[in-house]
Amino acid sequence: MERNVALITGASRGIGKAIALRLAKDGFALALVQSRISQASDETLADVKALTEAKSYTCDVSDTQEFQNVVANVLDDFGRIDVLVNNAGITADQLILRMKEEEFDRVLSVNLKGAFNGIKAVTRSMMKQRGGVIVNIGSVVGLSGNPGQTNYAASKAGLIGLTRSVAKELGGRNIRCNVVTPGFIETEMTKDLEESPLKERIPLGRSGSTEDVANTVAFLCNDEAAYITGAVIAVDGGLGIV
Amino acid sequence: MTLEKVREMIANHLGKDVEEVLVTSTFEELGIDSLEIAELVMDFEDEMEVELVIEEPILTVGAFYEFLEKQAK
Repeated sequence: MERNVALITGASRGIGKAIALRLAKDGFALALVQSRISQASDETLADVKALTEAKSYTCDVSDTQEFQNVVANVLDDFGRIDVLVNNAGITADQLILRMKEEEFDRVLSVNLKGAFNGIKAVTRSMMKQRGGVIVNIGSVVGLSGNPGQTNYAASKAGLIGLTRSVAKELGGRNIRCNVVTPGFIETEMTKDLEESPLKERIPLGRSGSTEDVANTVAFLCNDEAAYITGAVIAVDGGLGIV
Repeated sequence: MTLEKVREMIANHLGKDVEEVLVTSTFEELGIDSLEIAELVMDFEDEMEVELVIEEPILTVGAFYEFLEKQAK
């Protein structure tokens, strides 16, 4: 039987790696996209290959043409793309007083334009297939804001508008698009926040794991979520409750 | 790309008889929305092996044919 194929960006570490491992366990063939080949990406590929058919690709997601090329290569290699997970993200935290223009632009380019590029690149084949699933990885701070993260929070808030618009545009072609908004998840990206007072405000009393996020993404990729589109699903232990 | 071929491809896309797709038919009359026009453009891109760029709204089958003729040059 032909496997469903998922393309995951930012797949080498953290939440992206957990999503890759979970979708591999669920039987997806995987196209793992990362900005560069590293020890981490090699390890992730090896771990995933123990579970499913997988291939690794490098791409600067903020480059529209590069993303188009990667999608063309994935379609050549796997024949189809059923799921796109826009997970690649960076931070460049700084108070707005001190934030440089390029710090703002770079974070927006990777986190928001990168998702746009991915969606634009896969839409054609998903429309021809008459179906597909897109999951964007947002953040709790996209809704709440966070000092020092004007760029990151703006990019993640932007993902919500992008998601909802895509959901409306492509719903008629059975393409679902949702955004998952993790809260305080233990990854390399958040290791500097270990002592953050943010943690004390989590109603469930603990930080989340990358698997907590991956479980939700896996659900959205599944037919059990067939009636869910344009949704903003928090995986944050209640941190985002206002 | 002939007008007949354009009518035929639109008819196939819609699952209609080619007689129902007239040069004067508007996309609205045919029940084609903007997303379907984008899909049609994709079909024609594949057929013609060119990238088509829509710069202004296309309202009728005849206008769509003219658009294809212009872009193919």
